[in-house]
Amino acid sequence: MTVGRILLDAAASLTTPLLPDDYLGLIDPLWSRRGLRGRVEAVRREAAGVATLVIRPGAGWNEHRAGQYVRIGVNVDGVWHWRPYSVSSAPRDPGGVISITVKALPDGKLSGRLVEGVPPGAIVRLEKPRGCFVLPQVLPPRLLFVTAGSGITPVMSMLRGLAQGGEMPDAVVVHSAPTRDDVIFGTELRELAARFPTLRLHEHHTRVPGGPARRLTMAALPAICPDWAERPAWVCGPPGMLADAEAWWRRAGVADHLRVERFRPAEAPGGGTGGRVRFARSGRQAQAGGNTSLLAVGEDAGVLMPSGCRMGICHSCLAQLTSGRVRDLRTGREHGAQGELVQTCVSGAAGDVEIDL
Amino acid sequence: MARRTALTAAEADEFGRALDQLREEVLAGRGEGDARYIRRVIAVQRGLEMGGRVVLFASLLPPAWLAGTTMLATAKILENMEIGHNVLHGQWDWMCDPEIHSTTWEWDSASPAAQWKHSHNYVHHTYTNILGKDRDIGYSLLRVKSEQRWHPAYLAQPLYNLALAAVFEWGIALYDTEIERAWRGEKSWGQTWAQLQVSLRKAGRQAVKDYVAFPLLAGPAFLPVLFANLTANVTRNVWAHTIIFCGHFPEGAEAFTEEQVEGETRGGWYARQVLGSANIDGPALLHLMSGNLSFQIEHHLFPDLPSNRYAQLAPQVRALCERFGLPYTTGGLLRQTANVWKRVIRLSLPGPAPAVADSATS
Repeated sequence: MTVGRILLDAAASLTTPLLPDDYLGLIDPLWSRRGLRGRVEAVRREAAGVATLVIRPGAGWNEHRAGQYVRIGVNVDGVWHWRPYSVSSAPRDPGGVISITVKALPDGKLSGRLVEGVPPGAIVRLEKPRGCFVLPQVLPPRLLFVTAGSGITPVMSMLRGLAQGGEMPDAVVVHSAPTRDDVIFGTELRELAARFPTLRLHEHHTRVPGGPARRLTMAALPAICPDWAERPAWVCGPPGMLADAEAWWRRAGVADHLRVERFRPAEAPGGGTGGRVRFARSGRQAQAGGNTSLLAVGEDAGVLMPSGCRMGICHSCLAQLTSGRVRDLRTGREHGAQGELVQTCVSGAAGDVEIDL
Repeated sequence: MARRTALTAAEADEFGRALDQLREEVLAGRGEGDARYIRRVIAVQRGLEMGGRVVLFASLLPPAWLAGTTMLATAKILENMEIGHNVLHGQWDWMCDPEIHSTTWEWDSASPAAQWKHSHNYVHHTYTNILGKDRDIGYSLLRVKSEQRWHPAYLAQPLYNLALAAVFEWGIALYDTEIERAWRGEKSWGQTWAQLQVSLRKAGRQAVKDYVAFPLLAGPAFLPVLFANLTANVTRNVWAHTIIFCGHFPEGAEAFTEEQVEGETRGGWYARQVLGSANIDGPALLHLMSGNLSFQIEHHLFPDLPSNRYAQLAPQVRALCERFGLPYTTGGLLRQTANVWKRVIRLSLPGPAPAVADSATS
C-alpha cells in the first residue's frame, strides 16, 4: 500500500458516502480508481473497416500480458455497452498506452461505432486485462500461430513484444484473410518477417477471383509447417476455424499443445418467446413460457428471488443476466446484454437465458 | 375520504393504456441528452460541496461562512433530492453505468440506501396512501388523515412535527428500520436490531464527517465550521420535510382502505397514484431543488422514469386527468405548506369524522 493510498483512505472519511476517487474523477476521469477509465488518444485506420484505438488507461490499470483481452465500455446514446477486445499493442509500452484493434462487424452496432465514431479524447471504461491466451514465462524454442481476420490481434501483441525484446524464437505465423490488402497489420507483419529470419509468415488469401472462397483448413497445415505437431500452437479466429483446430490437434493426440482464443458474440440471439431459464448460482433451471416473469419462474423453481412491487416500479428484483435476452412484458420490447441488470418481475425469457441467482 | 375515483373498470383500463403510452414515448426518446443532464447535476453538486467546504476553511470571516454554508446546504439538498432519491429509484439504471445505479448508490443521508429502497420504492410506491399498508402516512408518528384513529399523543404533534423537520434524515433512518413493526410483533427484533446497527454505523460516519473531521481540519475555525455543517444539514432536513409533506398530506390527496383497492388493476393503481398525490407549482429552480418531487403526481405514476422528464409529462398527465374527470391537485409551495400545517394542527385534536366513502357516487 502506497502512502498516497493511505492518505486517500483517510480522505474517505471526509467524502463518505462517496470516495475521494469520485471527486478526483471530476478533475480528470482517469484519476478515479473507482471505475477504471481510459482516454482515446488516437484512432488509426488499419484496413477497410478496421481501426486501432490507442488508449491511455487511467489509475488502477494493470499491465497486460501479450495475448490478453480487455473489456471496454463505450457510451452510445447515454448507455454504456461493454465488449471484450484483445490488446494488440506490446506490453510495457514506454508511452503508457495500449491499443485495441476493432473490425466493424456487419451488424455490430458497437464495433461500427468504435471504428467510425469514437473521437480522440473520448473517455472509455476499462476492466483489468484478462485471459490465458498468453505465452508461457519460459519461451519454448519453436512456436506456431494460426489466425484468421481480426484473430491476429492477440498474436500481434505477442509478436510485437518479442520483436521489442530483439530476439525472435523460431515462429511460424499462418494467417488467413480475404485478400492481401485485408490483412490487418499486413505491412508490419511482412516487415517483421523480413527483419527476423526466424519468423516465417504464411499468408492465406481466401478470395479467389471468379471462384468460391478458399477457406484455410487445418488439413493444409502439414504442408505449410511440417513440424506443426511439435510446436505449441496459438489459434485465434472464427468459431468454425477453432472447431477445426480443436478436432485436428485432438486427432493427432497433441491437444495439450493447442491454445485457442474465442471471440464470443456479444449478444445472444434471443428472438424466441420463452425458453430454458437457468439460475446459475442456485443450480436450478426451468422451462418458461414467454409471458411468465422470470421472477415467477424462479420462485416456482425454488430459487430465493429478491422481489418487491411485482409490477416493475421499485427495482428491488434486479438480477444480473449472464446470458440470453429478455422481453419486457409490459412493452414487448426485447433487450438484454451480458451482465445487464434486469427487472425479473416484468421480464420474460426471449429464448434460453441464464440469471446470476 | 371525501370522494372516490369515479372511474369504471373500462375507463380505468383506458386511463392506464393512455399513461402506458406516455411512458413509452419517454422511453423511446431517452438517450444522451438525459444522460448528460444527470452527469451534469452530479458534477455541479460535487463541485458545490467541495467548493463550500473549502470556502468554510475561511469561515472565521462572516461572508465566507455565509457563502460556504449556502453552497454546502444547496449541495446537500441537490444530493438528496434530485440525485440520491432519483438514482435509488432506478431512474438512471438504463444507462448501465455502474457508478450511477440504484444497486451501487449510497447517499448523504442517515438512512442506508438498501433500507430506504425497501421502505420507499417498494412499500410506499406500491401501496401509496393505503391506510394500514403505506407506512408513509404520517410516518407512524403523525396523524395526517382524518381516517387515522386519534390518540392523545397526537395533541403534541404540531410541536414534534417541527422537531422532526429539523432532524428529518435521522427520523427517516429510524423509521426505515420499522421499529414499530417489531413492537407489534410483525417483524423480529433480531432483524430490526441488525438494521438499526447498519443505520447507526452509516449515520455515525456521516456525523463524524460533518461534526468532527471537517471542523478539526479547520483548526481555529473549528466552531464556525461545525456550526456551518449543522446549519447546512438542518436546512436540508427542513427543506426535504417541507417538500415531502407537500407530496401526500395536503388537502385533496386522498387515502384509501384495503377493501377499496382489492383486485385493483394497473389502471386503478395509476388512478390511485393521481388521487393520492399533490404537485407544487413553481419555477424551474424549485423543481430542481425538490428533485422534481414538485411533480409528485408524475413521479408516482412513473417512479423510474428520469426526473428531468416529469416537467414535460405534467401537461399531458393533467390533460388526461381532466379527460377522465380525476382531480389533479396542485398549488404553490407556500399555499401547500400552510395547508399541510393546518392539517397537522387540526388533526392533533380528535375528529373530524372522515367523510364516509360513498359508494353510490362512484
